[in-house]
Amino acid sequence: MNLHSFLQEISQKDGVSGYEDALGSFLAGAFSPLVDEVKKDNLGNCFFYKRGRGEDPPRVMLCAHMDEIGLMVTMMDEKGFLKFTSLGGFDPRTLPGQEVTLYGREPVYGLIGFKPAHLQKEKEKGKAVKMEDLFIDTGLPKEELREKVPVGTVAAIRRNFLSLQGECRAGKALDDRAGVAVLWQCATELARLRHRAEVFMVASVQEEVGTRGAVVSTFGIAPDLGIAIDVCHGSFPGAAEHEVSPLGKGPVITYGPNIHPRIAEKLHETAREYQLPVQKDFSPGPTGTDARAIQVSLEGVPAGLLSIPLRYMHTSVELLDLEDIRSAGRLLAYFIADLSRSFVEGLSCF
Amino acid sequence: MFLKELSERHGVSGDETKVRNFVREKLLEMGIKHFTDSMGNLFALKEGQRKNEDPGLMITAHMDEVGLMVSSVEKSGHLRFYKVGGIDERSLISKPVRIGKEGIPGVIGSKAIHLQKKGEREKALTVDELYIDIGAKNKEEAEKVVKPGDFVSFDTKAEIWGNVFKGKALDNRAGCAALLELLSRKHDCGFTAVFTVQEEIGMRGAKVAAYRVNPRIALVIETTAAADVAEVKEHDTATVLGKGPAFTLKDDSVITHPRLLERLIEVAEEEKRPYQFRRFLGNFTDAGAISQARGGTMTGVISTPCRYLHSSASLINLDDLRNLVEITGGFIRSVAGKGLV
Repeated sequence: MNLHSFLQEISQKDGVSGYEDALGSFLAGAFSPLVDEVKKDNLGNCFFYKRGRGEDPPRVMLCAHMDEIGLMVTMMDEKGFLKFTSLGGFDPRTLPGQEVTLYGREPVYGLIGFKPAHLQKEKEKGKAVKMEDLFIDTGLPKEELREKVPVGTVAAIRRNFLSLQGECRAGKALDDRAGVAVLWQCATELARLRHRAEVFMVASVQEEVGTRGAVVSTFGIAPDLGIAIDVCHGSFPGAAEHEVSPLGKGPVITYGPNIHPRIAEKLHETAREYQLPVQKDFSPGPTGTDARAIQVSLEGVPAGLLSIPLRYMHTSVELLDLEDIRSAGRLLAYFIADLSRSFVEGLSCF
Repeated sequence: MFLKELSERHGVSGDETKVRNFVREKLLEMGIKHFTDSMGNLFALKEGQRKNEDPGLMITAHMDEVGLMVSSVEKSGHLRFYKVGGIDERSLISKPVRIGKEGIPGVIGSKAIHLQKKGEREKALTVDELYIDIGAKNKEEAEKVVKPGDFVSFDTKAEIWGNVFKGKALDNRAGCAALLELLSRKHDCGFTAVFTVQEEIGMRGAKVAAYRVNPRIALVIETTAAADVAEVKEHDTATVLGKGPAFTLKDDSVITHPRLLERLIEVAEEEKRPYQFRRFLGNFTDAGAISQARGGTMTGVISTPCRYLHSSASLINLDDLRNLVEITGGFIRSVAGKGLV
């Protein structure tokens, strides 16, 4: 399997926050040839463990969340249309016409319906559609629908993975399956490197609803340091330059209070040493990633954050450059290969 | 019926080649005489089983779909675009598209929710604020594969969900599929079938087609909006899926000829086929142009009800389409020889 086909496979699989189980099982299968041990915890976090060599190895955790934002059915109206709420942050304007898979008693396909244009009132024109005006249309008779899709059913957006120009790819859930692909790339690289460190790669759950998977996975592993791998905003026309990073120029190393400065620096030095492209980003507070939880777990776990630039975050056409994932995987592998007990002990010395 | 193939082909108004080629291939297989005109309308001359029964009947379905056209390539490699026809702007965001003859893939993205300022999300996004991203690094790289003037359509897979068909461009590939089905059957009288172009930008193909064919009677096979969705009151539904094809009483372009309307009703009643009236009286179809061609044509419209018309993915009920074919077949039988007298 190559990186393209791995990312395609996991982008097209569904795993809405809280409902990552099937995706986790797939990942367990995909990672098991690359690592020494695979485990799942009570919340569904998947651990891929790789042994280190030698005495008293440093313990490093890499954490990429596997969950994606999704929808949940709240009621069926008298005509058989399904009202829904969101799990994670959607812009309702991105939803009209999206297709979904409803995970009811059996999977049912649907389409997010909206009011016909000719019935829009003059004052509604120019206004954004609201979540409460949207509904899921399955085309099924309501008796059948009631049987198959009970209230509480979770739905994921359907989208085929798209190969665009060059190494650009677009699809759903690349936030943060891109990060999971970085783990996979890193595991592939580590297979041919000697490393002292014990490596715990985590495909975490429920990041999109508040980094909940990272809270318990950091507790479970108790690592010496943890690096979150997530996505950041890729540049697009009209964006404020300080808010975005260009695609194809390497993964982004974050600096700021959420990040242990020596981890960020070491990532940077490693990139320089191996001539891997990287970019910098500065975050003034707790980041919206698993690093937020990692840093304040247990008695404090030094945290790092490496991100893949991605355009149109939280839409079904998230767009990235595969080369950034490759560079990120390599960078992390070299970073790990060079980790020593003295480095991690030094992280507490200020 | 060839609905899946027709729905998935790209054919924005003015760029109907891929649809026309598919239809022509089927006409060749059926051994039906056909030709095209300077606008790209495709005419098929269907012979009847009984000669001398020709009532001067023309049946049309438009091949074109609403879509987009590339207007310029930005420095960054992103594409700006125009709308072609009345595409529903609300359905553009977060969708994959195909561009130009080669079908280069692209997506219509939008600013991430995290980067939006307060109030930004209250406004609908308009075409001026949107662009297509093909993953090109810059203008130069983009211009290797796309150019201004390229047509763009949605990249939507057609699927059958139970008795419902999901796909793009069902307006009016459903009509094209029905007309092809009718051409494959035997009829008492002959008729001219026209697969028209440029309906969505103002009934332009039908205008010259009707002039050329000069029919006495014309039936337009169309696809029309069904508003039978959540929270819409019954009197606003226009048409309802599963209640049979819809007959047009009037719209902004035509008043269905009363004798033709009466005949459609008679046929449907005789054959015990469900039908409904289109209870929204606006918009236009090819019937407008055809009814006013030369000295005038007795014209009517029969449509498949369709939810989410002019958007990335529409739904129709397959029974409605089957009933449309049967009623139209009955109509052809009823006009053989005596026309609408």
